[in-house]
Amino acid sequence: MRITQGTFSYLPDLTDTEITSQLEYALGQGWALSVEFTDDPHPRNNYWDMWALPMFDLADPAGAMLEINACREAYPERYIKVSAYDARQGRQTVALTFLVNRPSYEPGFRLDRQEAAGRNIRYTTHAYALDRPPGDRYGPQ
Amino acid sequence: MTERWSAGVLHYAEMGYWQPDYVPKPTDVLAAFRVTPQPGIPPEEAGAAVAGESSTATWTVVWTDRLTDYEHYQGKCYSVEPVPGQENQYIARIAYDIDLFEEGSVANLTSSIIGNVFGFKALKALRLEDMRIPPHYTKTFQGPAHGIVMEREYLNKYGRPLLGATVKPKLGLSAKNYGRVVYEALRGGLDFTKDDENINSQPFMRWRDRFLHAMEAVNRAQADTGEIKGHYCNVTAATMEDMYERAEFAAELGSVVVMIDLTVGYTAIQSMAKWARRNGVLLHLHRAGHGTYTRQKNHGVSFRVIAKWMRMAGVDHIHAGTVVGKLEGDPNMVAGYYDTLRCNTAEPDPVKGLYFEQDWASMPGVMPVASGGIHAGQMHLLLHHLGEDVILQFGGGTIGHPMGIAAGATANRVALEVMVKARNEGRNLLAEGPDILRAAAKRSRELDMALSTWGDVSFDFEPTDTPDVLPTPTPAGA
Repeated sequence: MRITQGTFSYLPDLTDTEITSQLEYALGQGWALSVEFTDDPHPRNNYWDMWALPMFDLADPAGAMLEINACREAYPERYIKVSAYDARQGRQTVALTFLVNRPSYEPGFRLDRQEAAGRNIRYTTHAYALDRPPGDRYGPQ
Repeated sequence: MTERWSAGVLHYAEMGYWQPDYVPKPTDVLAAFRVTPQPGIPPEEAGAAVAGESSTATWTVVWTDRLTDYEHYQGKCYSVEPVPGQENQYIARIAYDIDLFEEGSVANLTSSIIGNVFGFKALKALRLEDMRIPPHYTKTFQGPAHGIVMEREYLNKYGRPLLGATVKPKLGLSAKNYGRVVYEALRGGLDFTKDDENINSQPFMRWRDRFLHAMEAVNRAQADTGEIKGHYCNVTAATMEDMYERAEFAAELGSVVVMIDLTVGYTAIQSMAKWARRNGVLLHLHRAGHGTYTRQKNHGVSFRVIAKWMRMAGVDHIHAGTVVGKLEGDPNMVAGYYDTLRCNTAEPDPVKGLYFEQDWASMPGVMPVASGGIHAGQMHLLLHHLGEDVILQFGGGTIGHPMGIAAGATANRVALEVMVKARNEGRNLLAEGPDILRAAAKRSRELDMALSTWGDVSFDFEPTDTPDVLPTPTPAGA
């Protein structure tokens, strides 16, 4: 399966040129870029591992591209996303985020159902990869 | 003095409701009415009558006014101006002291402002065009249960409009068949599906069965995509007790959102907004019935006022027009509704129908919903007119796709993402939009089929409710 989190997951994976163009847009809006990675892609996992701190004073998208590539080199078999953060009053949240790396094999999620009284069902979304310990979930690093 | 208090009937203007020198205080609630007086009634008297009948006045002098500091409680009409291009119509601006209103009650505010005066014989017609609600008063309201920012963080979705679809046909599907539509639409790429306004708990499908099947579909789609999905479970019912019961069941099943209809009434909406915040469930509002009083220019209540009241009442979503779809909506007027729902401050802008400034004092924004006769081929127009903080709902435009519901959903999602990407790349959506869609369709059979099915469909009718400062209405494609 293909996880469709992020703003552009229904398009073919963005090339580095296309990524740079999005980074340029984000910087032009005054947003700070950051890179995060994970091997726990549950849709409610809000806290991916941070690849260093957000690049608050960055002006050139090439700088962010360097960080993306360094993260890809360190964790080629993990999900990596780049986010643009809007710190303005009234927003103070992420403005744009998209995947820039995926594991070569995405096993996806199992839906666990716990039957309860009155036909109620309690659902759990379970990533197959999470049956293995952190760092060992999407093949060797 | 004695004349003012003699028993009998006086002109409203002579009773102090016409005060052209009055300078509104920052704490005043302001209203702009479009007044059409009966023949022989001067516009100032008509404005004063509106001020009087929406505040302290009755048809005759009453001595008991003198037991009060009556000038404080009088609505004050402080300006009357003719409407450009309309015969015998005037905009009357009226100031109300904040003391006239109960804290945190939309019902009280609306009973005052529109409660009595719309049937007044001396007026041929009357329309509430806009209001300025001072922060001193907005701060007494809860406001949106979550608001736009919290909703995005809750759903983990950023940088693009959200996508939805209303399940069709809206009447007659069994719960199991209904859930199938929900599942296909969500797994294909939509973020939300929606009960329609009149899907409550009918003989062909009871609410509990619908919620159970919809949540099975939501969870299946979530596991299929790794994304958070939602279905607006319509909890509209005959009584508050019924609505709470249904909403609690939806929350227990893990639904991220419930919905209500505008027909439940302002008090019920405020109750559900409190429930929604308490339970961490988004609150969607379908503006069922609003067209009966918002559409005609000379009489009723403008939708921008309803939008303002609903932001105070505390909904997270509200339908607010598409510009390009099948339902009424002049582009400028729709822009005014969207500003009212989303911005923290707004300046007066007659082109958008905004008569006053408005300071929301950090009250979170409401996510507008664009729904009704829109399709993937209009994606460039939708993004251009409506921006990013909006839910685009394609009902027929998803479910009617010749390759199936999931394919319809995928077509919409591909069109949306490619358009956001192009916009961010600095491309001109209005000029290049159709080319951008055609290029994307070469890589997406779903989008290709959507464009060949609906590509030429448009609803270019002249809008009814237009701003009266422009010589001509603006067509949607401009």
